[in-house]
Amino acid sequence: MTGVRGGGALRRGRLGTVPPARRSTRSTARPGLSWDVVEPAPVVLVRGTEGLLADRAMARLVGLARERATAESTTLEVTRLEASMYEQGRLAVLASPSLFAEPRYVEILGLESLNDACATDVTAYLADPAPDVVLVLRHAGGQKGKKLLEAIAATGAPEVACEPVPEREKAAFVQAEFARGRRRIAPAAVTALVDAVGSDLRELAAACSQLIEDTTGQVGQDDVDRYYGGRVEATGFKVADAAIAGDAGQALALARHAMASGTDPVPLVAAVALKLRTMAKVAASRGREQGNATAGLAPWQIDRARKELQGWTPEGLAAAVSAVAAADAEIKGEGRSPGYAIERALLRVAAARAGR
Amino acid sequence: MSAGTSPEAAAPLDIWADVVGQEDAVAVLRHAVADPTAMTHAWLLTGPPGSGRSVAARAFAADLIASSTPRSDGEPTSGGELAVARAGAAERVLRGVHPDLHVVATDKTVITVAEVRDLVTLAQRSPAESGWRVIVVEDADRIVERSANALLKAIEEPPPRTVWVLCAPSEQDVITTVRSRCRHVTLRVPTAEAVAGLLVRRHGVDGGEALLAARAAQSHIGLATSLALRPEARARRARVLEIASRVRGVGDAILAAGELVEVATAQATASAAERDATERAALLRALGADGEATLPPTVRAQVRQLEEDQKRRAKRAVVDGLDRAMTDLLSFYRDVLVVQLGAEVSLVNEAQAADVRAVAASSTPEGTLARMDAIGVARTRLAGNVAPLLAVEAMTVALRPQGEGARR
Repeated sequence: MTGVRGGGALRRGRLGTVPPARRSTRSTARPGLSWDVVEPAPVVLVRGTEGLLADRAMARLVGLARERATAESTTLEVTRLEASMYEQGRLAVLASPSLFAEPRYVEILGLESLNDACATDVTAYLADPAPDVVLVLRHAGGQKGKKLLEAIAATGAPEVACEPVPEREKAAFVQAEFARGRRRIAPAAVTALVDAVGSDLRELAAACSQLIEDTTGQVGQDDVDRYYGGRVEATGFKVADAAIAGDAGQALALARHAMASGTDPVPLVAAVALKLRTMAKVAASRGREQGNATAGLAPWQIDRARKELQGWTPEGLAAAVSAVAAADAEIKGEGRSPGYAIERALLRVAAARAGR
Repeated sequence: MSAGTSPEAAAPLDIWADVVGQEDAVAVLRHAVADPTAMTHAWLLTGPPGSGRSVAARAFAADLIASSTPRSDGEPTSGGELAVARAGAAERVLRGVHPDLHVVATDKTVITVAEVRDLVTLAQRSPAESGWRVIVVEDADRIVERSANALLKAIEEPPPRTVWVLCAPSEQDVITTVRSRCRHVTLRVPTAEAVAGLLVRRHGVDGGEALLAARAAQSHIGLATSLALRPEARARRARVLEIASRVRGVGDAILAAGELVEVATAQATASAAERDATERAALLRALGADGEATLPPTVRAQVRQLEEDQKRRAKRAVVDGLDRAMTDLLSFYRDVLVVQLGAEVSLVNEAQAADVRAVAASSTPEGTLARMDAIGVARTRLAGNVAPLLAVEAMTVALRPQGEGARR
């Protein structure tokens, strides 16, 4: 048992100033609560794949529980269990009344890989939760333990939804972080920050807290550039976009960035090849009856390819396709350096647009 | 003119009839059957794909077994009975059901050590009905080195009545130590006329069509049969060859490439679907999980393993299909080059003669060679695991009429 003692001097002061953001996309019947409004209850379910939100929810729960205990001049007994290594009867031991009537806080982590004993004990406990005990159950997504989740839902216990934040809501997330820190951030800076570190929510949150701690006044784009400038989330498609737009320098920079941050050269080449293929198909559909050529392409892909086709000649496209195919072969063993192969292919693609 | 039409009408069954266009090799093998001093304990038959290696091996086995039926230590039999017994034995060997014949073939990539060890044991048994136990290994090139080592002793000194017949595309496909223990017989590419003769005789195909199919298949007997008997195979080939004259621009090239890959994929999946399902059912039965609505967790790993194997096989089938299409295209440009250079040899693609001449008239020999190179490059890339669609796209792009100008 890991009994943690002490007052709740967590970061509670920052909570609650922002309206809880949008939490209703899940398909289950009950929309879950947002992490920043949840209150301790006999049983709380923290459910979803986004670890950061779940951590915050649990930190808030344990903090509030501690606060209550302090108010009653007792200490809170905190226990954390792993559902996969749960031993039968453990929950009953922890939840049974203690001599000094201390309030208890029990977290069961990893409900997505629970063992049979855990399922049995928790289900039994749900029917008769002990007073003075806050039981927090963490389920990080997946099908396992579904029966138990349904049983929990049936009791009406509060559920915190920790779903991944979609791309379009990341700006709102950053705004909320700054508002919670009682700071202001310029819209341009929000965009720059999301572009730089937006792929991982934890990283984004850490970046927000660093900017809040280390700068003063309104956070502007130059602040973001100072801390996160030059960092770009380079995906294969961004590289391909740059190369096809004829911007060799940008394409090379992005490609090196992508490879330096662990992207394999193969998907980079595949992205360029896919774009070229779409463009060629759209080019083929010009001047003949619509249909076959662009079958299987979405309207936005066609529009986009039409725009990108400006400045391209058929010969240029042909040269680009050959260059990309050669690069794929070199990456897969014909050449010695995959990095060199991809860079040369990008240069050739960019040059092909200009018509060499 | 082929071996089958030799004046041997008196023989009840012409064992060697299906070995077409291989007069020299057949003469060597027949002599070995007839003359004990010309016989060897291990043979290596090599020849290009489709030249009839396994057919020749079976015919050899049939002749050996039939001509030694019944065993020399058996009771003397009258001439008529002997002929009947021998004809029956030969027929059973050719059908693959004779107890003294053992044929090893695999559709996997290699023949494993375990399979080879079984062969070693088998080789020690004396023949049951005739004078020879014949072991035919159809894919000797698929015996990996480790397995071949297990086989060395058995091949070098088999019991006196056992004979090994190994088949491989070329001598180099068999490791040196096995090669040196065998007598080597080379099969050549049969003439198109010989293959056509076989098609007419065996399947009753019309003479002209048979010759067309034999030429198009470049004397690959299996392919020629498929082309002659299955209209859809002919149509598919014609569609592939159309690419040469149909592709006018980059867009066409990309679309044609997409179609090629799609057809190859569809073909691979269609032929594999049934087999995949059978294998899965067999595995589930073996694991005691058949008939259950959901997979029990304990067998999921095995099922996933099987599915991955099947996916790998399907991928290989796609690549094989594309390679086939590329070989067909190569034959087309070979014809174009023949016309352009005015060489006096017959066309492979007689059915597409008009297209060949049109393409020949509108391009230069240099351009044709460059296109053949592009096809060769694409084949190499496919073998090197380049994304099939991308490799084929680069190829069709190089086949465009404008590709010629860009290259120079």
